[in-house]
Amino acid sequence: MASLGEVIRNSQIWKSIFRHPMPVDRRNRIVVMLTNFFLHLHPVSIKKQGIALSYTWCMGGVTFFLFLVETVTGVLLMFYYRPTLEWAYTDILALRDVTSLGILREIHRWGAHAMVIAVWLHMYRVFLTGSYKPPREFNWVIGVVLLLLTLLLSFTGYLLPWDQLAIWAITVGSNMARATPFLGSEGPGAALLNVGGIDMITMGSDARYGLLAARFVGEETLNRFYILHCIAIPLVVALLLAIHFWRVRKDGGISGPL
Amino acid sequence: MHGNEDQFLRGISGFLGSYFLCLAAMNAIAAFYCWKRLGKSNLSLLWLAFSGVFLIMAPFGYAGANGTPQLMKWIGVPETFRNFVDSQLANAVAYTLGTTITLIVLFVFRKFFVKPVIAWLMLNGALAFMGMSMIDPEFASIVGKPDNVPIVMMVFLLGFFTWLATYRAVQNDERKEQGLESLEAVDNEKILVWPDLVYTEMICMVALTAFLILWAIGLQAPLEEPGSLVKTPNPSKAPWYFLGLQEMLVYFDPWMAGVVLPSLVVAGLMAIPFLDFNKAGNGYYTINERKFAYLIFQFGFLELWVTLIILGTFLRGPNWNFFGPYEIWDVHKVEAQNNVDLSRMFWEGLLQRQMPMPSTEASTLSQLGTILVRESPGILLTIAYFVLTPPLLAMTLLKRFYVRMGLIRFMVMSNLLLFMVLLPIKMVLRWTITLKYIISIPEYFLNL
Repeated sequence: MASLGEVIRNSQIWKSIFRHPMPVDRRNRIVVMLTNFFLHLHPVSIKKQGIALSYTWCMGGVTFFLFLVETVTGVLLMFYYRPTLEWAYTDILALRDVTSLGILREIHRWGAHAMVIAVWLHMYRVFLTGSYKPPREFNWVIGVVLLLLTLLLSFTGYLLPWDQLAIWAITVGSNMARATPFLGSEGPGAALLNVGGIDMITMGSDARYGLLAARFVGEETLNRFYILHCIAIPLVVALLLAIHFWRVRKDGGISGPL
Repeated sequence: MHGNEDQFLRGISGFLGSYFLCLAAMNAIAAFYCWKRLGKSNLSLLWLAFSGVFLIMAPFGYAGANGTPQLMKWIGVPETFRNFVDSQLANAVAYTLGTTITLIVLFVFRKFFVKPVIAWLMLNGALAFMGMSMIDPEFASIVGKPDNVPIVMMVFLLGFFTWLATYRAVQNDERKEQGLESLEAVDNEKILVWPDLVYTEMICMVALTAFLILWAIGLQAPLEEPGSLVKTPNPSKAPWYFLGLQEMLVYFDPWMAGVVLPSLVVAGLMAIPFLDFNKAGNGYYTINERKFAYLIFQFGFLELWVTLIILGTFLRGPNWNFFGPYEIWDVHKVEAQNNVDLSRMFWEGLLQRQMPMPSTEASTLSQLGTILVRESPGILLTIAYFVLTPPLLAMTLLKRFYVRMGLIRFMVMSNLLLFMVLLPIKMVLRWTITLKYIISIPEYFLNL
């Protein structure tokens, strides 16, 4: 009598979902990598030392996985949290004190810190193994942009709880933009952008204003950072991640001695 | 006073006891590993002894919960030591010199420090020191702040991975000297991704998820009072990963510390693959084959980025004053600020003349002229720094680089390096001759 597992694996439904038999022999272990959507990101075979943990540290993968964790917990939190002055703080307070699964916020926040650290460690390893050298120069550049976007994701998310920690961290951080050369109201050269005696760059039109959507961190800022945090930056990151992974494959696979 | 201290000690007691139990377990596992897997029984005994010491310390850690909190002080760092650190070493000069010298010593004697026995000793030392410092309320409050926990973690992770990378690099460098290929090239046949890689990935994902959930249960995310623009917290700090930039504000105005230098950090990182013409060291750990690139990167990352973040997070308190790790964050602490601009030093100190000041009645152009004259020493120095140094380097120290890189790439690299070195230069000038600005044109927000 066939076991239940075999019955399931031989059923039409199973076979319609998985385009390959169980990867139990060499042939099917190759087939599975080629015919499964989630696995086809990988090559079929790989250099043994390239995936040794003491060599690769796994930090790129950890970063990507943390990005997925942040996406899932973030979407769930979006169902609950309202980005308005009236509700932002109380929603977070409720997540902490009364809401079931409020722990999602903890996972999201600690995951974000962990992601920043993991990105740094990934970059550290790539540098120390010289893996940015030809032919991977451009993928390193994409990686630097992704590092920057990770920091911006974390920075924009920092504001959303709307507590003292949040608004003052963003105030301190965005005050720097006020001093942007030419484009900040207190930056060198801004006074030169003066048409007919009227300053073009003022507190209401400079780089900081563009970041905050207001003269001070306020409701407009909350909205702007919310959109940046939940939609704009993640979309760009997702696109760049796709290119980053694709280039890993196209530029000679994961790094290792040439 | 005693009552407050007792209360604090009682609060931290459970954590501290478990902490030392963990250290004991960690060393016991190491002892077991050395004995069973490596067959080194003398090493095994050493770690067993460590384990025993931590095992004895654990009950002292737990003592607070049993009503004898003063006993906990027996395993803490002595008060005289804490006072010494706070009074003698708690300033930016000592911190920077200390970290720099430490990093240099670690680098120069890396063959010694990467030995697993030494590395394990250092880890034990660092962990024990942290645990023993936790009986200090100020230390505990700043290290245990929820948002600072990831930074403590980062410090240990960076330490571990720096050790791992250096360990492998030292091994590879020794192998190359003997004419052998790198570790990464040995036994490097192709294997199937299923099962060898996908299983590793799955185990990583499961472990990471478990770790995140445990972390989330164990430590509540911080939530302070509702935000109010009227109540300014002191200190107001940026998110931790930007604290290196905030620390730069001590030495530079925001347009440099917050805009120009960070942009150049990003640009410089992007430029690395196009500036590094050295073909060696692609795909394996090595230091000797790419010493220049290695040292520049580590100087930028470990010295100018990470140590500044640690400084900004743990040691900068109210009014951005420097506080020792065991010092109370006193809002009224006053630090003398008597920094002088270069132009003032030049005109009033060197020439003993009055500094030319633009009169408000003069035309804009003549005001600008006066300012330029006033700041001419700084402006000339800055121009000389950026214009003269690259050719000088090309002719002397970095001649080899100039020949290999060509004019444009060499100029890009040397200018990036010059900007990078601006920060330590400004630090040293501030500490030695209390220099405030090299160029000071507050009229146009242009201070350097």
